[in-house]
Amino acid sequence: MTRPEVRPRPRERTAPPMPRFRSPLRGPWLTSVFGAVLLAALPLVVITGLLDYVAYGAGQSIPGDVGWLHLPAFDWPTRPSWLFRLTQGLHVGLGLIVVPVVLAKLWSVIPKLFEWPPARTPAKLLERASLLLLVGSILFEIVTGLLNIQYDYVFGFSFYTGHYLGAWVFIAAFVAHVALKLPTMLRSLRTRSLRAELRTPLAETRPEEPDGEIGLVPTDPAPPTMSRRGALALVGGGVVFVVALTAGQTIGGPLRPLALLLPRSRTPGGEPANDYPVNRTAAAATIDPAATGAAWRLDMTGGPAAQRLDRAMLLAGSESLPLHTATLPIACVEGWSTVQTWTGVRLRDLAALAGVPNPGSAFVDSLDPGPFGRVTLTGGQVVDPDALLALQVNGADLSPDHGFPARVIVPALPGVHCTKWVRSINFRAA
Amino acid sequence: MGTFISRYGARPAHLALLLVSFAVAAYAASFLLGDPALLTVLVWFVGAAVVHDLVLFPLYAAADGFLTATVARLPRPRVPVINHIRIPALGAGLTLLMFLPGIIRQGGVTHMAATGLDQQPYLGRWLWLVVVLFAVSAVVYGVRLLLARRSTGDLPAGAGAT
Repeated sequence: MTRPEVRPRPRERTAPPMPRFRSPLRGPWLTSVFGAVLLAALPLVVITGLLDYVAYGAGQSIPGDVGWLHLPAFDWPTRPSWLFRLTQGLHVGLGLIVVPVVLAKLWSVIPKLFEWPPARTPAKLLERASLLLLVGSILFEIVTGLLNIQYDYVFGFSFYTGHYLGAWVFIAAFVAHVALKLPTMLRSLRTRSLRAELRTPLAETRPEEPDGEIGLVPTDPAPPTMSRRGALALVGGGVVFVVALTAGQTIGGPLRPLALLLPRSRTPGGEPANDYPVNRTAAAATIDPAATGAAWRLDMTGGPAAQRLDRAMLLAGSESLPLHTATLPIACVEGWSTVQTWTGVRLRDLAALAGVPNPGSAFVDSLDPGPFGRVTLTGGQVVDPDALLALQVNGADLSPDHGFPARVIVPALPGVHCTKWVRSINFRAA
Repeated sequence: MGTFISRYGARPAHLALLLVSFAVAAYAASFLLGDPALLTVLVWFVGAAVVHDLVLFPLYAAADGFLTATVARLPRPRVPVINHIRIPALGAGLTLLMFLPGIIRQGGVTHMAATGLDQQPYLGRWLWLVVVLFAVSAVVYGVRLLLARRSTGDLPAGAGAT
C-alpha cells in the first residue's frame, strides 16, 4: 500500500459496469450482528457433526479413510440414552435454522463480491480465494444436507463423503475468516447500540457511518423501506419460522406434523403400535417374507458352541433370557427421532447364553444385503442393561418395516446401526 | 518487514494463516483424488456459490427492485404496504428453496424406499403455507391501517410514522 497515489480516474475507465448497491441498511454493524450469530451457532453445528462421525464407531464411520481429519476416537457411550438424539438433532436442527442468517449475511456483504478492482494486493487476492472456499463450502454443506434429509440424491456422489470432506474445507476457511475478521466484527459491533437500534423506527433509520476500506455502506443510499430493527426482526423471524417448520421431526409427538414440508412430519399409518417413522422399508431392503416367518432362527456364535433360537424361545421370558422393556429414543443421522417402548431380550443375556459372558464387541448380521445391514457394537453397547434385541414395540410385534422378527435397540446408538431383520450375532470376548 | 507488507499487502501472519487454511482444505480434497465423483463434487461446490451469487441474489434483488418501483408508483397509503408483500414472499421463497425436493417431487424412489411414503402432500402443503403467510400479512396490514386511521384522525395520508 505504498503506491503514492491511487487516483479514481484510471479505475473508472477500466471498471466494467457493476451493479450498484444502495440499501441504506448495509454496513459493518449489521453484517457483524449476523456474523456474531453465526460465530455462536456454526461451531456447534460443526462439533455435533464431527461427533456423529465418532458415533458411527471405529471402522464404521463414512468416509472410512480421512487421515487426521476427525476428532480423537472414543467409544460412543450409551448414556444418556438421548445423547445421539441431542447431538444429531442439534446438528441438523441448527444447520437448518442458520439458513436465513447465512442468506442474510451473504446479502449484507454482496457489494464486496463486485468490488473493483477485485484485488489490489496479493493479500486481498488470497483473501478472496479463501472467501470462495468459505461461501462455497457453507452453501455446499447446506445444500447437500438439505437434499439428504429429503432423500433427494440428485447430486450423484456419496452424501457422507461429500458432506464430511466439505465440512473440513468449511472448518479451514471458517477458522481463517474468524481469525482475520474478528477484530473488525468486535469494533463494528461497538459502533452502534443494539438497544438503541431496537428503538429506532423507519422514519429515523439512517445509513451507518461511512466505512471507508470496508466498503459496505452505500455512497448514494436509497431511502429506507425497512428499519434496521425491522431487518433484524425479519431474519430473527425467519429463524423462528424455520424452527417451527423443522423442530417437530426431532421432538416428535404432537409437534411432528408441524414439520409439514419434511418427510419426517409423517408416519406410515396403520396399526398404532408401529405407527412411527420408518427408515428403509422391508421392500427396499428386499426382505423375503418367507425368511422372517416360522423358518426364522437367530444364530449366535462366538462361544464354545453355536446357539440357534427361534422367536418363541426368545419371547418365552425364561430365567436365563428374561424379557425386558425399555422406553428409548431412536435417532437418525438425518436429525429426526422418535421415542418408543421396546420389548425384547437383553444383548448381554444373549451373550451369556452364547457362552461369551464378558463380550468385547458383537457383530450383528441381518437379512438386509444393503450397506447398513450389519453392525459391530462395542462391549459397552452390548452390556448396557437397556441394550436389546427387540421383538416388540408398544406391546405389539414389530411390523415388517420396523424390522420383524427382531431388531437391535441400544441407547444412544445411531438409528441406522439399530439393525433390523437381525439374522445372527457373533459375540467376541473382551 | 516493511518490504513484505508493501509487496504482499498485509503482515506475514496473514499469509501464514491463509496458507495453513488452504493446506487443510487441499488435504480434505485430496481424499477425493482418484474418486470418479471428484469432478461432480467440485461442480456442486463451486456451483453452490455461483448459483447463489450470480442467480439467486440477482433474481431476488431484481424482484425486490420491481416490487419497490411498483409500490412507489401507487398512491401512498397511511401504512407502507411494501413489507407486507416482501415478508410473506420471502417466507414463500425460503421454504421453496429449502424444501424444493418434496415440493417438486424429486427423488421419489429414494424417498419411498426410506420412508414408505410418496411425496404427494408437500406441494399442496407448501401452497397452503404460502396462502397462510400472505393472509396473515394482509390481516396484520388491515389492523395496522385501522390503528393508523384511529391515531392520526384527519391527518393526511402518509403523515403517520412507522
